[in-house]
Amino acid sequence: MTTIPILKEREEQIYRKGSEPFNMQCEKHSLAGSVSQRACVFCGSRVVLYPVADALHLIHGPIGCAAYTWDIRGALSSGPELHRLSFSTDLQERDVIFGAEKKLYAALTELIEQYQPKAAFVYSTCIVGIIGDDVEAVCRKVGKEAGIPVLPVHSEGFKGTKKDGYKAACDALAQLIGTGETADISPISINIMGEFNIGGEAWMIKDYYRKIGVDVVSIMTGDGRVADIKRAHGAKLNVVQCSGSMTPLAEMMKEKYGIPFIRVSYFGIEDMAKALYDVAEHFPDQPEIMEKAQELVRSEVNRIYPELVKIREQVSGKRAAIYVGGAFKAFSLIKALRNLGMEVVLAGSQTGNEKDYEILRDMCNDGTVILDDANPLELSKYIIEKNADLFIGGVKERPIAYKMGIGFCDHNHERKTPLAGFEGMLNFAKEIFNTVTSPVWQFAPHRSGNEPEQLRNVVIQPSK
Amino acid sequence: MNTARKKISKNHTSTQNPCKLCSPLGASLVIRGISGAVPLLHGSQGCSTYIRRYLISHFKEPIDIASSNFGEDTAIFGGGANIKIALENIIAQYQPEMIGVATTCLSETIGDDVNMFIYEFLKQRKEIPTPPIVHISTPSYSGTHITGFHRANLEIVKTLAAEKTTTRKDHINVFAGMLSTADLRYLKEIFTDFDLKHMLLPDYSQTMDGTLWQQYQKIPAGGTTIDQIKDAGNASASLQMGRILNSESESAAKYLNETFDVPSYELGLPIGIKETDRLFEALEEISGKPTPQKYVEERGRLVDAYVDGHKYVNGLKAALYGEEDLVAGLASFLSEIGIVPVLCASGGESGRLESTLNEIMDKNISEKMKILEGMDFKNIEAEVESMSLELFIGNSKGYSVTRRKEIPLVRAGFPIHDRIGGQRILHVGYRGAQNLFDQIANTILDQRQKTSDIGYSYM
Ligand code: SF4
Ligand code: SF4
Repeated sequence: MTTIPILKEREEQIYRKGSEPFNMQCEKHSLAGSVSQRACVFCGSRVVLYPVADALHLIHGPIGCAAYTWDIRGALSSGPELHRLSFSTDLQERDVIFGAEKKLYAALTELIEQYQPKAAFVYSTCIVGIIGDDVEAVCRKVGKEAGIPVLPVHSEGFKGTKKDGYKAACDALAQLIGTGETADISPISINIMGEFNIGGEAWMIKDYYRKIGVDVVSIMTGDGRVADIKRAHGAKLNVVQCSGSMTPLAEMMKEKYGIPFIRVSYFGIEDMAKALYDVAEHFPDQPEIMEKAQELVRSEVNRIYPELVKIREQVSGKRAAIYVGGAFKAFSLIKALRNLGMEVVLAGSQTGNEKDYEILRDMCNDGTVILDDANPLELSKYIIEKNADLFIGGVKERPIAYKMGIGFCDHNHERKTPLAGFEGMLNFAKEIFNTVTSPVWQFAPHRSGNEPEQLRNVVIQPSK
Repeated sequence: MNTARKKISKNHTSTQNPCKLCSPLGASLVIRGISGAVPLLHGSQGCSTYIRRYLISHFKEPIDIASSNFGEDTAIFGGGANIKIALENIIAQYQPEMIGVATTCLSETIGDDVNMFIYEFLKQRKEIPTPPIVHISTPSYSGTHITGFHRANLEIVKTLAAEKTTTRKDHINVFAGMLSTADLRYLKEIFTDFDLKHMLLPDYSQTMDGTLWQQYQKIPAGGTTIDQIKDAGNASASLQMGRILNSESESAAKYLNETFDVPSYELGLPIGIKETDRLFEALEEISGKPTPQKYVEERGRLVDAYVDGHKYVNGLKAALYGEEDLVAGLASFLSEIGIVPVLCASGGESGRLESTLNEIMDKNISEKMKILEGMDFKNIEAEVESMSLELFIGNSKGYSVTRRKEIPLVRAGFPIHDRIGGQRILHVGYRGAQNLFDQIANTILDQRQKTSDIGYSYM
């Protein structure tokens, strides 16, 4: 048996509810040498802008950053699919030495000519800042020549965390907003923000809002279109999902255009219903919106309820661990899991802030482990210690769960199944059911106590 | 070997849907193939997280790659302080037997002197037991993941191989290239059957394709041991598989040959009968033993299968893509069953793909082939536009092209992230050729059944 030591500097980022005073450190730069599950600034920008399907996404830097983000997400488009391609300036040694502005210019011009995008995003990755390319100037020049917005995204990986990447993406979007026509926009209208249309989730949500009588001006950025984003300032309310990614933009739009924003989550029945009610409440002069919202919630819940109950019977009492990017998602997941009768024994996030962790602490039962910016060793230590049956996380967490013989549910951007909305709650329950009830776990050593050594000693009796 | 650089450039400036990855990925994989070793990427967090995620998508195994986590100050003042903290933390948390430090574009661009940082770190810890630390320079703006892979092999051997003391007659070094875990396991079986003790570098057959665990393994068990690598200079021979390797002429086998006089056998990746025969000839020569009956039979069955299925594959045209040595190996295999690899494309740019293919292929076949380096999938798609093809062979990255062209894809190489078991596809040796042959023939038969009006259930 190996024991897993926790690095001293990391101790403050781990909290056990009930056993120690709450003094959790977070929003720290990851510790050198610790295998953080975090990515980088560029990753944050890419996550936010990725689903804009009629824009060109050119990654300025060496090949890796572009290669690793080629078509990796389940963000669907109803039309153009430029976002599913990978474009890189693929910097070579000579570019690093002599600068790559010319190459960037040529690449941009050719790509715009070839693909006729409605806008272009140019992501700077780590070394671009160091070699001193004036990306802004190149973008300006190409933008003027091509007659489309060409927007630099300052996403050098080392200049902060994923959150700074969200911010850089929001800055780029902010340059588009305010440039479109808004005359024909309904007074009962919203922007859906922080929703990326994984597996078609944005379509479902947009449809809910439409059904209750609310127009959606733009979705940022699920199934995103440049023209819609340009007129987003015409909406009356911004509805922001996902704690970190789009709040900076919503704040900016509030300041500049006076558009208020509310925060919502679409995961789980409770939060989904609340997201509809909160929007309805924003339009008090139109009481029929609230009526329709209640009606919609009732009929949707009735529709999925029988199946949910059946699943609940099977999974109730199982223990879940949650490790996600933003803490806001963890809140919804805890509620959704409780609806299924499950207990949360570990909850953590890559980028939560102090307030988030306070909320998490208040939501969790005694004994729950709360983690900030955890590494694989810590995650595995606690899922075993807490005897979890299910791990909810992203692709990097999956093998940790599987190695330990624990079921897994992908709740990240790479999944292909919609988990938001009422339909999504049912999918979520089905996925949990599918993984925790599989008979394969009987062979997992940690469940059966059968290690291969022991197996070898089993005497097999020949059948007579 | 003709090593003149022949540059065939893409017809556009940007790289669109790349057919290559970056160099620290190759180095990280090598380090994960060494027992007790932990990779550390010297640069910012994103590179190591992306590379982990990417390797996970293929191997479906946990893989820890640490990062020295550059922040803004680090990029200005250099990464000396960070690398030392990172090394300390890795030693404290993992108790590794070796740490491989691969650089990223960022630390290379700011000109960090990593060798000096390591030297200082070791000096500080003179009194404290410290594992060996190997520095591998892997700027991605020159070369691909394959460059990083072979350079890691070389640097590890250079750093660890100790003075020659004696020649061990039944010991060989094997540098097998970036193969699958099933390939590595099969190769080890072959060497064992020849009674040859072997230092296979890297050997991630277990670390990247292991069993479930009772307790979390900080560093998964398995891999080439440090002692084996230390002993590399005493081996009676080195086998270098892969004729191209990377854009540099240096290789671990060559280094051992020049430094310790270990004879080096330069082979291709043993894919198909002809290239596998060369491997067995070398093993017979080194061991002084004939090929064990088991492999004689495997080869026999393979020939039997070639005969049974020849009509379904002869004359077909295929497009091949991926890393250069794999393309060369697969091309050689295809030509022995009558499939013409009309397009051989790689994202690598060693400048040696064409000359290598000309060397190993019959002229009447190589004449019909278009061989292109430095390609991305945009180019590959443009190239195949005017070709009539029955088959694509390569990794999952080409899937979107094959989907649009409605041509079946037989998966081989790295990465395979749209199938279960991509990490254990067998390519090498007679058994690997058998596997590939069956896959290809059955893909064609399946295609025929699907497009037939009748749907015969006999061939
Ligand atoms: S910066 Fe270099 S090392 Fe890092 S991901 Fe990009 S290409 Fe790879
Ligand atoms: S080079 Fe920088 S931007 Fe690219 S993946 Fe690495 S950390 Fe992120």
